[in-house]
Amino acid sequence: MKGMSLIVKTVTRWVKVFIFLFGVYLIITGHLSPGGGFSGGVIIACSYILLTLAFGKEFTLNRFGTGIAKVLDSSSALIFLIVGLLGFGSGGVFFANYLQKRFPGEELSLLGSGNILISNIAIGIKVASSLFLVFIILSVLRLVTGTDGIKRIVQDEEEE
Amino acid sequence: MEIDIIIFVLLVFMAIAALIAVETKNLLSSVISLGAVGFGLSMAFLFLRAPDLAIVQIAVEVVLLIFLIRATISRDTIPETGRIRWWGLAFVLLLMAGVLVFGYFAFHDLGNFGEPIISAVKSTPSNLYLREGLEKTGAANIVTSIILDYRAYDTLGEATVLFTAIIGALAILRSRTKTDKGERKK
Amino acid sequence: MIYSLCFVLFMIGLYCVLTRKNIIKIVIGLVIMESSINLFLVLLGYKNDGIAPINDKTLSPLEFMARSVDPLPQALVLTSIVIGLGVTTLAIALCIRLYEKYGTFDISQIRRLQG
Repeated sequence: MKGMSLIVKTVTRWVKVFIFLFGVYLIITGHLSPGGGFSGGVIIACSYILLTLAFGKEFTLNRFGTGIAKVLDSSSALIFLIVGLLGFGSGGVFFANYLQKRFPGEELSLLGSGNILISNIAIGIKVASSLFLVFIILSVLRLVTGTDGIKRIVQDEEEE
Repeated sequence: MEIDIIIFVLLVFMAIAALIAVETKNLLSSVISLGAVGFGLSMAFLFLRAPDLAIVQIAVEVVLLIFLIRATISRDTIPETGRIRWWGLAFVLLLMAGVLVFGYFAFHDLGNFGEPIISAVKSTPSNLYLREGLEKTGAANIVTSIILDYRAYDTLGEATVLFTAIIGALAILRSRTKTDKGERKK
Repeated sequence: MIYSLCFVLFMIGLYCVLTRKNIIKIVIGLVIMESSINLFLVLLGYKNDGIAPINDKTLSPLEFMARSVDPLPQALVLTSIVIGLGVTTLAIALCIRLYEKYGTFDISQIRRLQG
């Protein structure tokens, strides 16, 4: 899997930034317009999947690796839980929107919704990193023909 | 009444695509027909005034198609063989007829399309969210204010389920390497 | 009428799960059933001449409440779609593992090799 043709590589080089930015836009303005953490996260994962498909898996594995995806996956779930627990501590209710109560921003603005923004970012990072991780794990599998003639699926060495 | 016709046409399209996905012999064309079902569903969400769901569905369908194609490509694409067991098929059709009769009686009490229960009853939670969502949470998108503020506990459970599913997939696919290396060392 | 068509879509998925022998076909049937259920839940909340549940303060709250479609099924279906992706990924991983072990996707042969 050495990547695709020159046309696909060139188009990917131009398009990947816009897909990523669209995902970030959907996450950040999720409380004002359609979008939110789930859709933005899936679209960010799509940009990395496009990169992996076009340039080959060695490219993304050397640049990003699976370690950072694992760390982001776990830490964003933890951030979401901590946001809920802080609401329990300060507002009295689990997932109380304490930031919006304490600092009521301007309505229909970016910072006007308190910790919905933080939760959206945490959910987006979580969905993106977990989908990217699964795609990497599925894509490092390779089909080889064993010595006994049975086709087997193995994982590559550099994945470890 | 215009929306009725649009949803009807989209549902017929989705049913035909689903039938092709079930009945075709080649696995790759079956997966692609499944993609047609998903994109039709995304258009239906768009016409039903649910833009969040349309965005999520179209992105999820792309990722799902990539995963399924990676699972089926260059693998065993031989169509299924063997004779059909007629008594098994008859039993399945009988079971489905039973479910269909049950569904008919269930839909009989459901009310017409386009007249949801929040129009009739004014004290439902949905009406409360719609009326007070912007002042209480500061989020203009009421769907976001529900999933991240009013019912964020559901979302926490959802994150846990996603985490568990991903961990399960990693564990299933990863345990192969250790046994493989163990054999190689012998 | 539209609810019945949605149910027909569900029955196609159920038929696929019950009668096919290829394990990828069974996963496809599960995805079709999941799609039909998501669509049915959103159909239940649709209001005639409704607007999307996004409040940009051009309408008064009571008027917005009277015209917007039901946001609660949409919020629940939104999480359900992503959970469906995770569960389908788990199913695909199981399929790949079964293929690796038995060399086929056919469940009757898998069952035969087991004994």
